Amino acid sequence: MKITYRDQEWELEGRWRVRDAIKEVGLLPQTVLAVRDGKLLTEDTLLDENDEIKLVAVISGG
Amino acid sequence: MKCRKCGRPAVFNMRQHKLALCQVHYPEWFVAQTARAIEKYHMFTPDDRVLVAVSGGKDSLALWDVLLQLGYRADGLYIDLGIDDGVGYSAASRAKVEQFAAARANAHFTIVDIKAEYGETLPEAARRTRRGRGKPCSVCGLIKRHAMNRITRDGGYDVLATGHNLDDEAAVLFGNVLHWQTGYIARQAPVLPASGEGLARKVKPFCRFYERETAAYALITGIDYIYDECPYAVGATSIRHKGILNQMEEEAPGTKMQFYLGLLRARKEGLFRELAEEVELHPCANCGQLTSAPGLCTFCRLWREAPAP
Ligand code: SF4
Ligand SMILES: [Zn+2]
Ligand SMILES: [Zn+2]
Repeated sequence: MKITYRDQEWELEGRWRVRDAIKEVGLLPQTVLAVRDGKLLTEDTLLDENDEIKLVAVISGG
Repeated sequence: MKCRKCGRPAVFNMRQHKLALCQVHYPEWFVAQTARAIEKYHMFTPDDRVLVAVSGGKDSLALWDVLLQLGYRADGLYIDLGIDDGVGYSAASRAKVEQFAAARANAHFTIVDIKAEYGETLPEAARRTRRGRGKPCSVCGLIKRHAMNRITRDGGYDVLATGHNLDDEAAVLFGNVLHWQTGYIARQAPVLPASGEGLARKVKPFCRFYERETAAYALITGIDYIYDECPYAVGATSIRHKGILNQMEEEAPGTKMQFYLGLLRARKEGLFRELAEEVELHPCANCGQLTSAPGLCTFCRLWREAPAP
């Protein structure tokens, strides 16, 4: 599956749960939301081999 | 995961509340929670005119959206700081606010253009002055505070609402506790009363929401906001503190919430009563806003300061 976050991109093999995939690419699950086809996914969602997931940062500010 | 209300697939889960909700019930819950916070802290009533400080980010646009849905008389205030930095940050965030308002019949707003009114953008003023050299955020805070107070007063608004969420508040509290800034800690509250002529009553209706909750609300309801941070926020202390708090939250859900709500409880129990002493304030000779500085306020001084060598 393909995972994108800001200008970064990763490919993961096999099936992953959202939470584990986020950790695998080195991010804190608390700090991003996972979106597939414009829809928000809960952390326990089991992703498909061919899914394209966009991670959206929740932190803003200054 | 299933929605607790209807059993359909959930789209969002809040570990600290042990609550998962669907596409329909999450926005409903979010709006109802905002209404509860407004009442709980006596922020304002339907008769009040509310000015919402909007930046183009998720929190402030979500706040404006929810207040309009709840039927409050809420207008927007956008402060154009003229931040470009090669990415056109101010122009892009201003466009988000304009789009948001254009899509809603009852969303009216004021723009304060700093360059047009004072002759310099924020980055220019920061570069010129000792206060801002290398730390534009210090000047930015000053400019935004002044503009918010001014428009609240001149526009006849009863209250100024900002989109600060629990993560923002917890990060500020964390920084203040690290340095034991007891005066600041004593004043950190969901409602700051108007402190006399020219200083608006300020409220934070989202102060009990986690940052991911306001982001989820914006995503689910299709509010188009600016994802990128201000270029000057990169490496900001508050963002570092948010990261540390999120690490703790990851291991123990609810940590951020307990940290911040504990402050509110401690205040209610009177822990900070002795610290909340009044500072002497008098009106600025130029703009009339109350200030503790003699003569001109810090904002008016900023525009008169000669370029730093
Ligand atoms: S990061 Fe600093 S300069 Fe940018 S908007 Fe926030 S306070 Fe202003
Ligand atoms: Zn539901
Ligand atoms: Zn002044």
